[in-house]
Amino acid sequence: MTVPNTLGARLNLKTVLIWSAVAVAGAVAWGVLALARGENISAIWLVVAALCSYAIAYRFYARFIARKVLGVDDKRATPAERLDNDVDYQPTDRRVLLGHHFAAIAGAGPLVGPVLAAQMGYLPGTMWIIFGVIFAGAVQDMVTLFFSMRRDGKSLGQMAREEIGPFGGVAALLAVFSIMIILLAVLALVVVNALARSPWGTFSIAMTIPIALFMGFYMRVIRPGRVMETTGIGVALLLLAIVAGGWIDQSSLADTFTLSPEALVFWLVAYGFVASVLPVWMLLAPRDYLSTFMKVGVIALLAVGVFIAAPVMQNEAITDFARNGNGPVFAGSLFPFVFITIACGALSGFHSLVASGTTPKMIQKESQIRLIGYGGMLIESFVAIMALVAASILDPGLYYAMNAPAGVLGATVESASTAVANLGFSISPGELQAAANAVEEQTLVARTGGAPTFALGMSDIFSSFLGGDSLRAFWYHFAIMFEALFILTTVDAGTRVGRFMLQDTLGNLYKPLSNVSWKPGLWATSAAVVLSWGYFLYAGVTDPLGGINQLFPLFGIANQLLAAVALTVATTILIKSGRLKWAWVTGIPLAWDAAVTLTASWQKVFSGDVKLGFFAQRERYADALDQGKVLAPAKNLDQMQTVVTNSTVQGTLAAFFAVMIIIVILDAARVCVRAIRSREGLSTAEAPFVESKIVAPAGIFPTADERRELAGVGAGGDGTEAPPR
Amino acid sequence: MRARQLAGRLWWYLREVSGESAYDHYVARARHGRPGEPVMTRREFERHRADERGHDPGSRCC
Repeated sequence: MTVPNTLGARLNLKTVLIWSAVAVAGAVAWGVLALARGENISAIWLVVAALCSYAIAYRFYARFIARKVLGVDDKRATPAERLDNDVDYQPTDRRVLLGHHFAAIAGAGPLVGPVLAAQMGYLPGTMWIIFGVIFAGAVQDMVTLFFSMRRDGKSLGQMAREEIGPFGGVAALLAVFSIMIILLAVLALVVVNALARSPWGTFSIAMTIPIALFMGFYMRVIRPGRVMETTGIGVALLLLAIVAGGWIDQSSLADTFTLSPEALVFWLVAYGFVASVLPVWMLLAPRDYLSTFMKVGVIALLAVGVFIAAPVMQNEAITDFARNGNGPVFAGSLFPFVFITIACGALSGFHSLVASGTTPKMIQKESQIRLIGYGGMLIESFVAIMALVAASILDPGLYYAMNAPAGVLGATVESASTAVANLGFSISPGELQAAANAVEEQTLVARTGGAPTFALGMSDIFSSFLGGDSLRAFWYHFAIMFEALFILTTVDAGTRVGRFMLQDTLGNLYKPLSNVSWKPGLWATSAAVVLSWGYFLYAGVTDPLGGINQLFPLFGIANQLLAAVALTVATTILIKSGRLKWAWVTGIPLAWDAAVTLTASWQKVFSGDVKLGFFAQRERYADALDQGKVLAPAKNLDQMQTVVTNSTVQGTLAAFFAVMIIIVILDAARVCVRAIRSREGLSTAEAPFVESKIVAPAGIFPTADERRELAGVGAGGDGTEAPPR
Repeated sequence: MRARQLAGRLWWYLREVSGESAYDHYVARARHGRPGEPVMTRREFERHRADERGHDPGSRCC
């Protein structure tokens, strides 16, 4: 490079203008969000602020991390290229892999957390979702993907063991298993709360089982492998099931499908067990196709809908609950609980399991980690923003009437209206009933868990430009169905993953268990997993204090704990490989995440506030129980006992999670100190360099240089054709 | 023409993402890479693929 000035010219005017425009648009949108007080602003500002921030972060920060910090090297063959075996290692088109990766990381999480966090107002949630994803969540996903890719696609647990030590490895394994159980219980609780006493929803969801069985049979026997055709039929049947739910609702069959929460727990546990021991082609695979297509379709439609409908935010920017921590949806103040409640969409430790394991074995070129790891997480973050919008365009009175625990609201619209007034908001019994009637539900009081609130917001947006009020009930149940559908897919797949982990671990103690095809072992471990999450689910459903209120913080803590493990592994590898000066890239999010998680665990364990601290709660209820007294919202001595048991279990878990994080971080700190002292760095478990022969673009659209390179090897100019191997 | 091209791209993408085209890739590779070896029929291939999946469910997140 002898003419340095011409290099500067490559930053051409058009690029500068475009990025300046993006920056200005983003700044204006943020300005409106920050300065609007006491007036209702359009939800479009929120969406614009998010999209502009994502674009800038992707273009500049993600590129800086990929090139400078990680040093992606397209001359280096990826494990997919080196170990290609047509099964798990397989070079896959970057756009196709982005689709797979996104489908694997995104589920109901980003739709639930932001809805609950709306009790703090829309601003804290929005800021955390956007800045959290840019500086922590997407970084974690991309960096984990990179390090796993450099280690032949090793799992997070394996990397923790190899790079930190056996302690870190065991802690990571325990963290993964416990978060899985809590996750499944919380997600199943969301479904229970959405379907309880709703014959329409229950019927539609029940119908997904025969539909999936039919699809599985069709793909196995009648038309093997015709996925698109089968999914088309499945989606049509699914829409029919939603419409038919409306007929059932009006018919004499309505009572059959009106189930209590306890009955739904039984059905879900039974379903989880059966689905996880059946061969995947029968239920899991067809369900997966259905839920993935529904998920992507609905999210795309919602994004378009927000722009067309341009709904106005009814929620305050920052509510009083953010300051005093007395919110009814979940207890605790803004710090740390907004950052615990919104995990998926901002920073989700669970993603590190997908980013280490499946995806890294399929990447064609190292530079593609930016699109798949960072880009995939930005899309999930955008889903979270839309969930926040859906919750924030509802009237706050209605929001609290739906999301406060049943113990606070009582059973009738009158009691709920009074309770909402006590919280400082207002909704009349008539309005509350009218809102339920509009979506043809018996009641919307205490429909906690986020799904019904999201569904109501979504039906508001959709019915404003698709079908008007006549389709409001259809859209509501469409949204419930869509959310329940992929939660059930997660329950099925998650139970399987938990079972594999259990089989693998227990197989060390009793050999036959590690044989995944040995039926008694398969049934026993499946049963152990469903009963574990089933226990927490049942505890959540029968908890007089409100299951979501109690369990969701635990889920958030567990998820952020896993993020701490992933970020610790990444920071340790950076330091061990002599990149101390770049360690802040993962070190700062790690410090933040540890502060959040440890503060939250500390408060959940030691806080003297009975609404917040599990053990304070336990003590208060246990003392009253000893004196034979009943404390509201418990109604009898049995319920008192339930509160005592639940708070003991939950408090112990919160303490356990905190201890795990501390162990992992201390163990890693020991390794890091050793690495810094050794001056030339410690060896890491990175696979050796092999030269790559694949030519493929890094981003979605090939650049001019990449086009020339592709043409040179005779591949299609857009990279559609796989290059010759 | 442009609309048709776009639809073609979309169809290509959907077939790739859903795994419908996995068999086509398999056949192409089996013919080139391992001449002489028998090529599975679509039915055999899809069964084989589904059974493989049963051994590794893959993580699904929240």
